[in-house]
Amino acid sequence: MYVAVKGGERAIDNAHAWLAEERRGDPEVAELDVAQIREQLALAVNRVMTEGSLYDPDLAALAIKQSRGDLIEAIFLIRAYRTTLPRIGHSRPVETGVMACDRRVSATFKDVPGGQVLGATFDYTHRLLDFKLMAEGEVPEAAKADPRQEPTPHVTSFLNKEGLIQSEAQGEVSGEQTPPDLTREPLELPANRALRLQALTRGDEGFILSMAYSTQRGYGNSHAFVGELRIGRVAVEMDIPELGFAIEIGEVELTECETVNKFAGSKVEPPQFTRGYGLTFGQTERKAISMALVDRSLRSKELGVEVSNSPAHDEEFVLYHCDNIQATGFLEHIKLPHYVDFQSEMELVRKMRAEIAAGQAQDSAQEAAQ
Amino acid sequence: MGLLAKSDAAQLAGLIGRLENLPEFEWLRRPEVGGVMVRGRMGGTGAPFNLGEMTVTRCALRLESGEVGHGYVQGRDKRQAEQAALMDALMQGPRAAELQETVLAPLEAAQTDVRETRAAKAAATKVDFFTMVRGED
Repeated sequence: MYVAVKGGERAIDNAHAWLAEERRGDPEVAELDVAQIREQLALAVNRVMTEGSLYDPDLAALAIKQSRGDLIEAIFLIRAYRTTLPRIGHSRPVETGVMACDRRVSATFKDVPGGQVLGATFDYTHRLLDFKLMAEGEVPEAAKADPRQEPTPHVTSFLNKEGLIQSEAQGEVSGEQTPPDLTREPLELPANRALRLQALTRGDEGFILSMAYSTQRGYGNSHAFVGELRIGRVAVEMDIPELGFAIEIGEVELTECETVNKFAGSKVEPPQFTRGYGLTFGQTERKAISMALVDRSLRSKELGVEVSNSPAHDEEFVLYHCDNIQATGFLEHIKLPHYVDFQSEMELVRKMRAEIAAGQAQDSAQEAAQ
Repeated sequence: MGLLAKSDAAQLAGLIGRLENLPEFEWLRRPEVGGVMVRGRMGGTGAPFNLGEMTVTRCALRLESGEVGHGYVQGRDKRQAEQAALMDALMQGPRAAELQETVLAPLEAAQTDVRETRAAKAAATKVDFFTMVRGED
C-alpha cells in the first residue's frame, strides 16, 4: 500500500523565506549587486560559466548571488536555465591561434615567437594575506607597454614542423562535420575524443584536477609538459542561413592549454610527442591544464600505449563521474524523504533477526533435549 | 554586424539616440533569446568539438521602405538586438554614410580602445630574459 503524505508546504515556504533572509545577511552590511560579483569575483564567474556550459557573465554572477556563493549550486542554476534556451545554432570552431592574448606562457620553449606574456596571474605572488584589501583604496593603474604586433602562433606548431609531435586529425574545416553533443544525446561509451572533450570542459574542476594529479603521481603515468597556456579573447563566428554568410556574433574569453608528452613510439609510430588539450571559458587555467592531462590520459588506447587499471585511464570511470551536477543530484537525493523505503528495510531486518532468534531457540531446545 | 553584436548596449543606445527620424518598421521575427553552441578545435587546430553555449539575442525587421535588417547580439538584451537590426536595415539605404559616422565609427573606436588597452597591459608583462654572466671563463 502506498500512502501519500502531505503537510510540508508551510514548513517549505517558511524555510525558503528564511533562506532569502539568510542570503541577504546582516542588513547593516551593504548588499552585493550582480555587477560587483561579475567584476570582482570574476574567477568564480568563469568557473560557473565553464561547468554550467553557458557563456554569460551576468547570469553566472546572478547564480552565484542566488546560491550564496555555493558554486556547484550556481552551476546547477545555470544548467537549468540553459535548458530553457532555444538553440539558435552552432558557431564555427573558434580560432585560438589568433586569440588576443592577455597571457601566454610556454614551459617548453623560452624564446618562443610572441614571447612569454605573464598577464594578470597569481603566479609569483607570495600567497600572504593582503590586509590592504580590507580597507578601501584606489588601485594603482597597471603598467602599459607598446602592444605586441607580432603574431602569437601555437607553440606546438614549431614541434610539428620537425614532425616531432603528432598532428591533430583534421575534421571538415568549414565546421560542417557535426561533433556529438552531450546536451542532445546521452553519454554513450566508448566516447570519441570530441565527446570526451565536451564532457571534460563541463566536468567538475576538483574531480578533473584530482584525476590529472593522479596521472602525475604514477597512476597511469604520463609526464606532461605545458607546451603552452594562453588566455585571451576570440571572436565567435556563426553562419547565418538567412544571410548566406558568417558574421561575428560575439567574443568570448577562453583559456587554452596544450600539453606535450613524450611517447616512446609503437610498432606503427616513431618516437614523438603526443598531445593533450584543454579549453575552457574565461580565465580558468587550473581547469584547462587538468583537462589537458586527463584528455591525454584517455587517449592512451588510441595511441597504442599500455593502458593500466588506473582510474585516469578508465574512460567510463572518468566520464561517468566528472559531472558535478549529476553527482550532486544522485548524492543529495538521499537526504530527501525515503520513509517508505526505509520502513521496508526495517521490516526486513526485523524479520531476519526474528528468524535467526527463532533458529537459535530451536537449536538450544534440541541441545537441551539431547 | 560584428561591431553591433559585440557593442555595449548602453553605448549603442546612446549613439542611436543622436539619429533623427528613425523609420517605422514591422517585425519579421521578434527578438528572441537563445543559445549558440560554441565549438573549439581539438588541439587548437584539429576537428571541431562542442565547448559550451553562449547567449545570443536575434531578431529581424523590415522598414517601410522595404529593407530587411537582421540583428544578432551577444547576451540577452532584446532592445540591443532591435537596434542592431535597425542599423543593419538602414545601412542598406541612403543613410549608410551618416550611420557609419554617427554609430559604427564610435563603436569601432570604443572596441579598439578596449582591445588596445588590454594588449598594452599584457605587453607590459612580457618577460625580457637576460643571461647572467657566470664567470666560468
